Amino acid sequence: MKVNDLLELAGRNLRESGFRNALTTAGVAVGVASLVAMLSLGAGLQGLVTDRFARSGLFNTIGVFTARDMRGMERSERRSGVLESNTRPLDDAARKEINVLPHVIEVYPEVRLLTDVSFEGRTLFTSVSGLSPSANQNEAFEKMHGRFFSGPEAAEAILHVDFARDLLAPANTPGDAFPLPMGPRAGGTPDVTDAQLDALLGKEIVLHYGEREPTPPPTEARTHTASRSGRAQNAVARSTGGDPGGADSADETVSFSVVRRERHLRIVGIVDTEPYAGITASAASRVFLPVGLAEKLHPAQASTLRDIMQAKPSASENYSALIVRVDDPAHVQPTQDALKGMGFRTFSLLDATKSLRRVFVIVDLFLAIFGSVALVVASLGIVNTLVMSVLERRREIGVLKALGASDTDVKRLFFVEAGVMGTVGGALGVLLGWLIGRAINFGTNIYLANQDLPHETVVLLPLWLIAGAVAFAIAVSLLSGIYPAARAARLDPVQVLRYE
Amino acid sequence: MPGGNGTPNAIRAENVCRHYTMGDSVVKALDGVSLEVQESERVAMVGASGSGKSTLLHLMAGLDRPTSGTLETRGRNLAVMSPEELAAHRRGTVGMIFQAFHLLPRMTLEENVELPLRLSEVPREARALRVREALERVGLAGRAAHRPGELSGGEQQRAAIARALVNRPSILLADEPTGNLDSHNGEEIMRLIYSLNESLHMTVVLVTHEQRLAASFAERILVLSDGRLAAEGRPGDPAVEALR
Ligand SMILES: Nc1ncnc2c1ncn2[C@@H]1O[C@H](COP(=O)(O)OP(=O)(O)O)[C@@H](O)[C@H]1O
Ligand SMILES: [Mg+2]
Repeated sequence: MKVNDLLELAGRNLRESGFRNALTTAGVAVGVASLVAMLSLGAGLQGLVTDRFARSGLFNTIGVFTARDMRGMERSERRSGVLESNTRPLDDAARKEINVLPHVIEVYPEVRLLTDVSFEGRTLFTSVSGLSPSANQNEAFEKMHGRFFSGPEAAEAILHVDFARDLLAPANTPGDAFPLPMGPRAGGTPDVTDAQLDALLGKEIVLHYGEREPTPPPTEARTHTASRSGRAQNAVARSTGGDPGGADSADETVSFSVVRRERHLRIVGIVDTEPYAGITASAASRVFLPVGLAEKLHPAQASTLRDIMQAKPSASENYSALIVRVDDPAHVQPTQDALKGMGFRTFSLLDATKSLRRVFVIVDLFLAIFGSVALVVASLGIVNTLVMSVLERRREIGVLKALGASDTDVKRLFFVEAGVMGTVGGALGVLLGWLIGRAINFGTNIYLANQDLPHETVVLLPLWLIAGAVAFAIAVSLLSGIYPAARAARLDPVQVLRYE
Repeated sequence: MPGGNGTPNAIRAENVCRHYTMGDSVVKALDGVSLEVQESERVAMVGASGSGKSTLLHLMAGLDRPTSGTLETRGRNLAVMSPEELAAHRRGTVGMIFQAFHLLPRMTLEENVELPLRLSEVPREARALRVREALERVGLAGRAAHRPGELSGGEQQRAAIARALVNRPSILLADEPTGNLDSHNGEEIMRLIYSLNESLHMTVVLVTHEQRLAASFAERILVLSDGRLAAEGRPGDPAVEALR
């Protein structure tokens, strides 16, 4: 029998027991809808998370350190007794070399210092970090007060809202004269209004820091006396080159001074959430300035002293860490390999993404299993409906056979009936699943709006899911058709046509 | 009735058996039947209920296969055909009518008559005309859009005959076609079948237990008894009359 004749006969038969077949089809639709809703929720959540991470820049960022710096952490190396004396310093030459590696779009140093910041006569001790211009993409800046830096070296600062509160604290709670040094405040944080925060914008803060100035060896150190406090940073570092076993045992003297400086910065923005500042950032910074400016300041960082003690003595400034951004997360691994080849330690979140993807595969799998349960039930419905149909239509099947239908024709007729229920059920199910997804999105966003959170798409219905769901529904329905179709084909026409 | 002049018989059975095994016992519905039917011949098959008439007809129709023996239509042995070949035989070579008509109740007459054409994959364009011709031949052209339930028994059997004819088979197999009809309608159906044999030269094998109908219709009468061919002869032949 031709396909269109099969479809026509199948359509007729389906219409003849219309209500029953409609219920069975509705069952398929509900099954497909549950599967689609589950998987589109999975796809949506995955999209939400990966999009967030992609925008955070975490997945295309590599932290670069000197091999020396990390040695203490590598137990295996310590155990093996490997001690390289000639580790490559992370200096300007290295930075230039890294900058020209393929796929590298940005190299900037990690600048973080613990220092004093004063505002309207009060001085607070806090952590200050440099931020690269690309950090602008970070979602922390989506809902900020004010704006991002106007340029890579602009004399501007962005404050974390906790720090802004500290700045405003005396005005709000007169008794609290000793703001916490850093980090989120444990409790009793004075509430500040948006208007108060906005009023901070455009005002100036003063950053106090120590600038590192090289002094040519073997000149003895100059002395700078601090202007206001007794905390003069006057450093003369002498380092006897190399490790005990090192080749270079000649005495070398590296000298530099740390000169106390001030820098006025205009507050241009206040952020609520922690922006991603650097791959190594563990201490939460409260004040941010453009990384270009931060570099120009040549601040003495916590790592400076360690440099003197550990690195190959050099008058030039060594970076404690460089942040390398590549154009695509796929290029992280090769770049990391290249950097290791250059003699540096690297760190990236690539491994973290791998495990994240694995988690999503597992989550999707479970969502699919739960979603499929309804479809399995629906497929039993198809089996039941078709078996009943075979029983009811015994005479019709016998007549068809007497008129010349082959077993294959009969089989196909029932497969087509199952397939039609699957196709229609699948299409309706996708529609229903889409509606459920829309409802979930709608409800979630009402909730998010009430919580003053930005709009999110939590349920995604990609094209592959639509096509896959319909194909799956058809496959399941055809599978359900196997047994009834075989039963119909096996039917002995002589038995049913016998007149009794 | 020898057919030995080169052209094969319409039907030739040789020692045909159809045994049903039910547990330990064997029901011999047919037990060694041999017969020949000529092209365009009108044959009536008579015999007591349970004598194996329907079983033999179903074998000739290719709905069932003999347990042993040879059953040929136009020289082709049905006993060794594959299921697909048997289906093709049912579609193209034979047409069947039944005591219970077996029209599909939810289809119109037109659609019922179209069914064999669908199964034979006759192109759509050719079907309407063929259906019309078949319905005209049985005098039901005006009832094409009616459903079987809206027709009398006689009309339903005529529709079933149209359905059996529409594929232009060479053999018509009729299993007690008048069994559900009153005598008037029964006679009308017999006349119709007779005329089809006359005009279309169809071979007809007709099962009936009404001796009178068999005598007026058939050129030859086969008498079955307990799955065996007990007698055969022209109507009025004493051997046939004695066994009825
Ligand atoms: N499927 C079957 N199983 C067992 N016995 C059967 C079956 N079909 C038919 N028979 C038996 O075969 C015999 C012939 O039946 P049938 O050909 O219908 O007789 P008729 O048509 O002459 O009345 C009967 O005794 C019947 O009971
Ligand atoms: Mg019978």
